[in-house]
Amino acid sequence: MKLESLTQSIGEWLRGTGPESDIVMSSRVRLARNVAHYPFVSRASEPERAEIERFLRERIAALPVGRGLEYIDVGHLEEIDRQFLVERQLISREHADAQGARSVAIDRMEQVSLMINEEDHLRIQCMHSGLDLRGAWEQIKVVDDQIEKVVPYAFHPRFGYLTACPTNVGTGIRVSVMLHLPALVITRQIDKVFRSLHKISLAVRGLYGEGSQAMGDFYQISNQTTLGRTEEELVEQVGDVVPVLIDYERRAREFLVRETQQNVHDQVSRAFGILRTAQTISAEETMQLLSRVRMGVMLGLIGDVKIADINSLLVRTQPAHLQKLRGMELDVNDRNIERARYLRQHFEGGDSGSRASVN
Amino acid sequence: MKCQQCDKQAVFHITELESGAVRELHLCEDHARVYLNQSGGEPSQGGPEEAEEATPAGGALGVGQTADDLAILDQRACEMCGITFFEFRNQGRLGCPHDYVQFEKELEPLIANIHGATEHTGRRPTRQESLPEGTEELTRVIGLRREMKEAIALEDYEKAKENRDAIRAIEDRWIIPAESPPSPAGDPIAEGGPS
Repeated sequence: MKLESLTQSIGEWLRGTGPESDIVMSSRVRLARNVAHYPFVSRASEPERAEIERFLRERIAALPVGRGLEYIDVGHLEEIDRQFLVERQLISREHADAQGARSVAIDRMEQVSLMINEEDHLRIQCMHSGLDLRGAWEQIKVVDDQIEKVVPYAFHPRFGYLTACPTNVGTGIRVSVMLHLPALVITRQIDKVFRSLHKISLAVRGLYGEGSQAMGDFYQISNQTTLGRTEEELVEQVGDVVPVLIDYERRAREFLVRETQQNVHDQVSRAFGILRTAQTISAEETMQLLSRVRMGVMLGLIGDVKIADINSLLVRTQPAHLQKLRGMELDVNDRNIERARYLRQHFEGGDSGSRASVN
Repeated sequence: MKCQQCDKQAVFHITELESGAVRELHLCEDHARVYLNQSGGEPSQGGPEEAEEATPAGGALGVGQTADDLAILDQRACEMCGITFFEFRNQGRLGCPHDYVQFEKELEPLIANIHGATEHTGRRPTRQESLPEGTEELTRVIGLRREMKEAIALEDYEKAKENRDAIRAIEDRWIIPAESPPSPAGDPIAEGGPS
């Protein structure tokens, strides 16, 4: 696949459409599966990894679901290209950093991605824009069913689908939503919310997956347990909590507008001003400011900016995207300059009458 | 991950083995120190490094579980992939599907602790009638491959041939040929997005 062609498009999860997309960025379901007659990835020798990769790739490619997929040999990609796929959420950081034979298959809409030889032999992921866990689940079920017809997944009558880590055993399902919760962060309620989520065994992570700090007020909520409940129950468990969080965030936004309208408007405008005029800017600051602007757009404080544009900037200002767009490798300093240039260029023309000035 | 006793970041991840039962603990530095002192281990004198070192050697092994008992358990290896329980404890990753059978007794309390359940209630594979639901028989191929390699190394070609035939017989039963025609079911990817 020509990764360059991806730089010009944006993935499904960035479309900024779908139910509740002002708060819910994307809905994702993933399944962990292993082939029964091979050791798990971390125990497999290099020739075995290559065999597993080939076994899965060839069988999946022959399926109806496999025909629309592009296969990328992750093991032979440059580091920047692997990073690029991580930023687009098509592969995990672990998959990017791992060794040996491994690949990913992606559909053109970037909704479905199949990672081969990640922690498990196969990780199927399905991502939809906005709140659509049900849709993502229905889609992944079809993909999984087709693959299971030609691939003997390791299964135990009592423990269910067997995975390399006991934390995924059973259904092997991880159901998650990516939420944008700036008002809960500003009003300092976010920790309270997370504590209550932990109590009902839901996990909270930052935008870029496991262990990463939440950047720009984007949080991923997912189920922590995979055994003892059906897939539908787990989809519901996550799905049920989302309207509650949406409601909290909406109320916090209303509170901010009602009680501190000028402050909020000021914060949003300053964020927008910096993004449009900065000469050098880090990825972290960009995320933080884009988050503020995104909230401003949703509150009607900024016109002429589309949510899909903000979403797309969130990804395109990430290090690997920036370098791919520029067509060359850049060190941190040059990236910060290029990022600022890219942002200024992007916002040029739109709403230029109220351009903020930063000294 | 947060400490199980307070809201601080958990920096100590302890696997407790108590008379065969496995318990996972995630604690911050302060609570880990309290815990390690309580459980009869060497009181931690200094920083977190010392406490961490004390964990596998003594402190957190649990009452009634001597280091010798644990050493015996740790040395038990999977008959298929050869991974020892010690390696699993260190890496947190199992070696092959058979580990769930080989270490069932040890894993069950761990699984119960993680998930609050030990019975899968979700989707199950649909197979042809001649095949069982569980794939334990197919997983035996992993051990047979290992034996075959060993036999070849020892130039015991008779044994290697037996292994190869056994592998083929199992695979023929379980794995449908790759060139079988694709099923006529719909293509969810082409059908695309959320409705």
